[in-house]
Amino acid sequence: MADRVLLRVEDLMLHYRSEQGIVRAVDKVSFDVRRGEALVLLGESGCGKSSLAKALMRLLPRNLHHFSGRIELNGADVMAYPEERFRSEVRWVAMSLVMQAAMNALNPVVRVGEQVAEPLRVHLGWSRARAFERAAEAFAQVGVAGDFLQRYPFELSGGMRQRVVLAMALVTEPDLVIMDEPTSALDVLTQAGIMNVLKRIKRDLGTSFILITHDVAASSEIADRVALMYAGQIVELADARQFFRDPAHPYARLLMASVPRLHQGHRPEHISGEPPSMIDPPDGCRFAERCPDRFALCVENPPPLPVGERRRVRCWLYDRETVS
Amino acid sequence: MTATGAHSAVAPGAEEPILSVRDLCTWFELRQWGFIRVGSVRAVDGVSFDLRRGESVAFVGESGCGKSSLARTLLGLHLPSRGEVVFEGRILSALDTAGLKSYRARVGYVQQDPYGALPPFMDVARILGEPLRIHGVRGRAERDQRAREVLEEVRLSPPEEFLGKFPHMLSGGQQQRVVIARALILRPTMIIADEPVSMLDASVRVEILNLLRSIQQARNLTLAFITHDLSTVRHFAERIFVMYAGRIIEQSQVDDLLEHPQHPYSEALLAAIADPDPDNAAHERAVPAGEPPSLLHPPPGCRYHPRCPWRIEAKCDVDEPPLFEPRPGHFSACWLHDPAISDPREAAR
Repeated sequence: MADRVLLRVEDLMLHYRSEQGIVRAVDKVSFDVRRGEALVLLGESGCGKSSLAKALMRLLPRNLHHFSGRIELNGADVMAYPEERFRSEVRWVAMSLVMQAAMNALNPVVRVGEQVAEPLRVHLGWSRARAFERAAEAFAQVGVAGDFLQRYPFELSGGMRQRVVLAMALVTEPDLVIMDEPTSALDVLTQAGIMNVLKRIKRDLGTSFILITHDVAASSEIADRVALMYAGQIVELADARQFFRDPAHPYARLLMASVPRLHQGHRPEHISGEPPSMIDPPDGCRFAERCPDRFALCVENPPPLPVGERRRVRCWLYDRETVS
Repeated sequence: MTATGAHSAVAPGAEEPILSVRDLCTWFELRQWGFIRVGSVRAVDGVSFDLRRGESVAFVGESGCGKSSLARTLLGLHLPSRGEVVFEGRILSALDTAGLKSYRARVGYVQQDPYGALPPFMDVARILGEPLRIHGVRGRAERDQRAREVLEEVRLSPPEEFLGKFPHMLSGGQQQRVVIARALILRPTMIIADEPVSMLDASVRVEILNLLRSIQQARNLTLAFITHDLSTVRHFAERIFVMYAGRIIEQSQVDDLLEHPQHPYSEALLAAIADPDPDNAAHERAVPAGEPPSLLHPPPGCRYHPRCPWRIEAKCDVDEPPLFEPRPGHFSACWLHDPAISDPREAAR
């Protein structure tokens, strides 16, 4: 059962309008998440990873230009659900989201217990007392003492508030929790504590996670698989073991070399150049301009992301015909 | 192992230090309703160290450990409550307005958040010209010439392309280069960089740190680099100071601290972070219980004792540990190094 697919995303596109033109934030992204698995969406700022999270939750921007693709959750085509059904059956019920900096978005004048219980009352129509009881359980799962239910956000440290928003995402016992940079604003020890909580929840409750981050070292703390994003697309999708030991895509290799290591002498190297504009991305490979291994084909034709293979790399270097 | 007395660990090397800090305290008074004194937040509480000309040092600690307050005190933005800062032989708190002004020309400041540090209504030429104007460079042509030179130095070239730009037209990495250029334009001898890259992307981070390091070496600057990120310090600093709850609890050469941490807090910090590795996901990390103490009422004795797995009852919670020297040139404020006490960690290893 461990390999059963929980979420399948195919050709997801989210484009929005800006003053400069149409921003192709998520451009034909396909991946799946298996039951009980943690998939890390790794990428630098502006690569579209946060837009992807919002697209999955159908939290669409007002300046939306185009939204399409297929999202299958537990075998059901949720993309076809009307908004009312999506709200009562999917969003925050089967799938919840911890947004970036959510810990700073808690309502300052409402006790945190009330806020954690709220999704149960809003999405599932539970009574206040019953929701509060379940909220207390969720607090225990993230390692927060029960008496914290009665506190206000300003009485809690950053680490505690991050645990509270995590409890809020877990309170409806969803199959999938999406987390956008859950630890990047936190101190090292607090970060390690939150990662421990996530590992425990994954082990004990079998919850699946999509962890969105730019932090390569932190991502290795929980990843079963890694999807690396660049300029709105997934450029490599591989098992964590393969990805961290032997990254394949030139961007993945350079990114790994840019990470400062605690216990290695070699000096980290930066990647020269900047990501392309998402308004008018290049025709060929989007990384070609910065790629040390590019050849003529890369600039002319966009490489495909092979389908159905264990390891998928969007690069002509790994295309069977090109290589031979 | 020798106890060197409370805080008198002087850096080796006979050369006169460029900066000497003695028993520095920066306390912020807390008042209720604006007038009832309720106590002091001891952000920096008894810190001493020396910096040599041309060295790069890192101050490492978690938020609230006092590292930014220390930086701001060194810049003369906060008045020390006690102790003194001696820069190039002059006592900072004894300087008059003119003295302070020339001090600020000698010490550059690189802020954490480049976007917040750059005035949005000024173009790069004006951002870089402003310090020169304040410090008496009258000619517009000379100011522009110096701006162009410093832009080349931070590798924003050709400079003409950037002089007319406003901060919002630059990427995060370019903004931080402008902040660095502004810190350099008065030709300082020391740079204080407060988390210079924490707001930037991983690949840009390394670029900015490499740039700061190469400028520091080329100009023989003293660089005090404040960070919470232990993984970068090896590549960008020679010495390291670990801070906890307003005090320096460990100091040594960077490599020695990373390979042989002595203080239980430094051990915990190093155990909490890792290089990217798929095996990380297989186990939980050891994290000390609790959170850093209140700086309003710091615990007696060692400030880490409430969280320390090795604490000795009736010792660590009573007496404040002095800096011991458990390894040559490596100082740690922990009673476990006291020759009279056998270190329980030896048995556990």
